[in-house]
Amino acid sequence: MTPAPMIALVGNPNAGKSALFNALTGARQKVGNYPGVTVERKSGRMALDDGRPVELVDLPGTYSLDPASPDEAVTRDVVLGRQAGERRPQALLVVVDAGNLDNHLRFTLQLIALGLPVVVALNMVDMAERDGLRIDAERLAAELGVAVIPTVAVRRRGIAELRAALAALVGDGSRVPEPAAEPVDIATLQRRARTVAAAATAEEPVARRITHALDAIALHPVAGPLILAAIMFLMFQAVFSWSEAPVGWIEAGVAALQNATKDALAPGLLRSALVEGVLGGVGAVVVFLPLILILFFFILLLEASGYMVRAAFLMDRLMARVGLSGRAFIPLLSSFACAVPGIMATRTIDDPKDRLTTILIAPLMTCSARLPVYAVIIGAFIPERTVGPGIELQGLVLFCLYIVGIIGAMAAALVLRRTVAKGPSHGFMMEMPRYQAPSPRDLAIGLWQRALIFLKRAGTIIAATTVLLWLLLTFPQPPAGYDKPAIDYSVAGRAAGALEPLVRPIGFNQDIALALIPAMAAREVAVSALATVYSIQAGDDEAAQEKGLVDRLRGRWPLPTALAFLAWFVFAPQCLSTIAVTRRETNGWRWPAFMLLYLFALAYIAAGITYWTAVAAGL
Amino acid sequence: MRLDELPRGTPATIDRIDWEQLPAHEARRMRELGFDEGVSVAKLHAAPLGADPIAVRVGRMTIALRRAQAARVSVTTGGAA
Repeated sequence: MTPAPMIALVGNPNAGKSALFNALTGARQKVGNYPGVTVERKSGRMALDDGRPVELVDLPGTYSLDPASPDEAVTRDVVLGRQAGERRPQALLVVVDAGNLDNHLRFTLQLIALGLPVVVALNMVDMAERDGLRIDAERLAAELGVAVIPTVAVRRRGIAELRAALAALVGDGSRVPEPAAEPVDIATLQRRARTVAAAATAEEPVARRITHALDAIALHPVAGPLILAAIMFLMFQAVFSWSEAPVGWIEAGVAALQNATKDALAPGLLRSALVEGVLGGVGAVVVFLPLILILFFFILLLEASGYMVRAAFLMDRLMARVGLSGRAFIPLLSSFACAVPGIMATRTIDDPKDRLTTILIAPLMTCSARLPVYAVIIGAFIPERTVGPGIELQGLVLFCLYIVGIIGAMAAALVLRRTVAKGPSHGFMMEMPRYQAPSPRDLAIGLWQRALIFLKRAGTIIAATTVLLWLLLTFPQPPAGYDKPAIDYSVAGRAAGALEPLVRPIGFNQDIALALIPAMAAREVAVSALATVYSIQAGDDEAAQEKGLVDRLRGRWPLPTALAFLAWFVFAPQCLSTIAVTRRETNGWRWPAFMLLYLFALAYIAAGITYWTAVAAGL
Repeated sequence: MRLDELPRGTPATIDRIDWEQLPAHEARRMRELGFDEGVSVAKLHAAPLGADPIAVRVGRMTIALRRAQAARVSVTTGGAA
């Protein structure tokens, strides 16, 4: 049997490509990577009306077949059938914004010239009509010589017709057409696009009222930055206040599982490994799923609504001062969720020095993996009280940690742009799409994918490291009559003992040294490691076992140590995935090694300064 | 008049772009975003802190770009297009 025919989904950025992809494939999507490059490969299966399956591949949005970034190069190579690890497409589904035909048709004409079967999805016709544009799809089809289907992807309108048009186009997959690449002058294409668009469009003069009215406020020189700051503040407050209830449910669920395991098994090593190692460690991390989802919810919302580009516009001037452009703001904002997609998003930055700098400072943005660490330490050491109307001290401390990370990143960029990433500053040029109400379904699919990735990590890398840590903390068992805690006799205890003199000057104790080792894999492991360590130390003392990690930490660490620990995690590059993605994105070990070195140096200095300042202040 | 000097909200038409003065990749990106001789433009917004970058309407799209780039675009206002 021949494999299902592949259809490539292509289009300009902001044409509504992802929404159309979601509408056609639903949740049956696979996210992977192209070999050798870190460009995400998003594919999904859909059934044509007669039941034939086809694979739909969502290609990165691009303006032409003349790539300016690695992302755009993948689109070109897949369309031309040159991409390693990808089949030649059977047909192209080209998405255009009906309200922006002059521009989007240029790329469409370039794609049609390749000679592959093409269907054009004339997307966002509702918004075009609101702009006073009436587009004659039949006329457009006649001008272009291919099928044109009007759609509104976010409302799932025109999807059945689109599927029918694709069915008519796709053969049985046994004969894959060969694309013919011939260079065409962009200016000529542009003029032809304008002629075709004019022929198919009837215009009634209507202003783009909604976008204009919103931009008058969102881009206002005074109101604009205030709104941006308010959105950021709301986002971080929401992460904490909205997550309280679901975090409680998950905690209760983990505790119930632990109790059930205790009842089912006799006391012994296996029970200890399951209750303290697996459930304790993984549970301590899974608890943060609600926080991470809320953060991603905001980021997806800002992206889908069109606000993200406005934020980049507002931030460009500030970013220019440290040698970057507003474009870098988007990957950096994504890095608040996770540095890995953030670093991958730098592929849209065409200037290599800008891009390198952005990659190097991305880990300084407070990612969601730090939240578990911050939340536990803040919960244990910062008193729960209000310091002003609507301002909670705990939330304020968290906000400050984010700010310190941002200031650190800006300072690092300033230095990097004058030293290792020296070069002329490039411009800033971006399309500002219309505002759009994001479809709840698209948001849900995005969140679902993030939840899966997080749970997969919790179930694999984090579970494995906690079990390994449990083993290292438990063996070898001390001989009878050993008068110090049993943990000190174990492999991990001894390693931590060796590391402890190094971190003592910055106020860290041996338990922290112990937690820092496995936390190299991922920051949140520090929390599960501490949970495991204190859980084992509590041993069979039932009363001590009942306490959560927050209660156990309280009183055990002096306040300056806790603050130094927070400062350490603002800077420390403790995340294998970030190091790995940096290696792939920069093609070698040089830059990830540099990143490790400079960030650990900053972490050490920051923790030291925090510790000694706090001690001197008598905290 | 240069595009960066165009008063806000005044409709104009691009009459010349110094393609040779722009770095090749910027020139290409400007073409891709719809900058071309004969296209209608208007300045819509200026960013806070020094009014740079600016947002301009080019044809049907709104494009954010820096003043230094906009300075390469000559425009005429009124019916002189």
